[in-house]
Amino acid sequence: MQRSLSLRVAAFAGFVFLYAPILSLVIFSFNESKLVTVWGGFSTKWYGELLNDPQLLDAAWVSLKVSTISATLATIIGTLASYALVRFGKFRGRLTLGGLVTAPLVMPEVIIGLSLLLLFVALENLIGWPAGRGMVTIVIAHATFGAAYAAVVLQSRMGSLDIAIEEAAQDLGARPLRVFWDITLPSLAPALISAWLLAFTLSLDDLVIASFVTGPGASTLPMVIFSKVRLGVSPEINALATLIIVAVSAVIVVAAWQMQKAAAETR
Amino acid sequence: MTMTNAVTFRGVSRHFGPVRAVDAVDMEIREGEFFAMLGPSGSGKTTSLRLIAGFEQPTAGHIEIFGETAEGVPPYRRNVNTVFQNYALFPHLNVRDNVAFGLRVKGVPKAERMRAADEALALVELAGLGDRRAGMLSGGQRQRVALARALVNKPRVLLLDEPLGALDLKLREQMQEELRKLQRALGITFVFVTHDQDEALSMSDRVAVFAEGRIRQIGTPEEIYRRPATRFVADFVGSSNVIPADFAGAGPADRWASLRPEDIRPDPAGRNATITSRAFLGRVVRLGLHLEGQDLTAILPAADTIPMPGESLSIGWDTARVHVMEPDA
Repeated sequence: MQRSLSLRVAAFAGFVFLYAPILSLVIFSFNESKLVTVWGGFSTKWYGELLNDPQLLDAAWVSLKVSTISATLATIIGTLASYALVRFGKFRGRLTLGGLVTAPLVMPEVIIGLSLLLLFVALENLIGWPAGRGMVTIVIAHATFGAAYAAVVLQSRMGSLDIAIEEAAQDLGARPLRVFWDITLPSLAPALISAWLLAFTLSLDDLVIASFVTGPGASTLPMVIFSKVRLGVSPEINALATLIIVAVSAVIVVAAWQMQKAAAETR
Repeated sequence: MTMTNAVTFRGVSRHFGPVRAVDAVDMEIREGEFFAMLGPSGSGKTTSLRLIAGFEQPTAGHIEIFGETAEGVPPYRRNVNTVFQNYALFPHLNVRDNVAFGLRVKGVPKAERMRAADEALALVELAGLGDRRAGMLSGGQRQRVALARALVNKPRVLLLDEPLGALDLKLREQMQEELRKLQRALGITFVFVTHDQDEALSMSDRVAVFAEGRIRQIGTPEEIYRRPATRFVADFVGSSNVIPADFAGAGPADRWASLRPEDIRPDPAGRNATITSRAFLGRVVRLGLHLEGQDLTAILPAADTIPMPGESLSIGWDTARVHVMEPDA
């Protein structure tokens, strides 16, 4: 009894440590006062202000587009890479490919950002593409490191997938491409969803790499928030952050629920 | 009627690096027969099955399926279907869609393939379970779904890779009987891989005994049981006494002979053996005997006069019943 009480206290302390800052952010988004630290009564006026702030809304829209496209690209590249690593057996350069695919996981962001910036500049001088830096370069950069995370998630799932079901599909007359579309991909669905969500979140969250490879006119949300915060935290940002938290939690809850349902059915 | 060969192997080998999984195998599987490939694990029987299905290509030799060469023909273009060891049902599809998959790939219209799938499910006594998820079924039911999924395509050869291995004993015996019935009713060639000698002997028309990538004997279950070709076959099929041929009084000293337990009988003019064990089995008694350095098993009709362990018994056998075997390669 005593032990379970102390465990509960520890768990509670842990959750407070993790979520108290987020909770205070949500509470202060409904603060009447402009001062972040002083409670001036309940109000939703910052949400109204937010809707009239084109800079923040634009940045949010840019971030959403960048994250969606780059997560999709990352998932496709990650799927192909892990398919090659798991299913093609031993081929020349397999070890190298495996290492290269996962390298961005351990590479400091500053280095990834800087190297990509140099690459884009060099490319522009050489072949004229990408012309200038902006959304396209951020998408490419995010797809690059997103693919590394996606490949890790997908590789482990693909490794545990029974190869016999692919053989069974071939045995029943399906050509290899058909097997991939009809059997392999649907069996990977839960892993594909988590890989996409992971790449999406990482992209939405990224400040360092985006700052390196962006150009005028394409500022992601983290970049705008970061530059605004340097001039003092506005409750408007609290409101925006609250909206993002609500959206992200909703997506994760739905995804977890779906995956649990799928897992229960396939077992 | 001339016998057509469903599958022909001519000098077929499949080597994985230094490992000779299948080594110069010749065999002919006849149309419409229930053919068992029997052997311990690693004997090459499953690789042989995969060679027929097309998942493996021979390193050397030639395979024909119904007279046509199988060389370079991928699995999806062979008129052969497989029931996999762990069934390999598609986890994201329900039972009916699993069964209908082969027809869907071939472009059969939806209404028709759904009807065919339901018919196939009825054939394996699973009518009404079409809407279940594969994961919701018991082992025995999955086994039947895998069977229906293969049979719905009307293959000319059905390959079964240890299909009963994962089932409990009672279900196994029931499925053995049903598989046999199904094979007779459909007239399809069944090629069945198993490591269980009782299963192979009781179900098949002919059995191939595999060891170390080679076939040691092909024959009817009776031939395999009564006249094992080599010592390995006699040991693996079991229930025979394997003794030196000269000890049995039937051949040269460098050969082994098999002597079935029921052919040993009490013989007052025979040799004196010591009884080491005695098991009463109803109509018969099984005796463990020790005779001049050899351990033997004998099965005698139950009678009051059979002595107890430790006592001696004078035994003999008709040397014409002793089967002298070829040396193992």
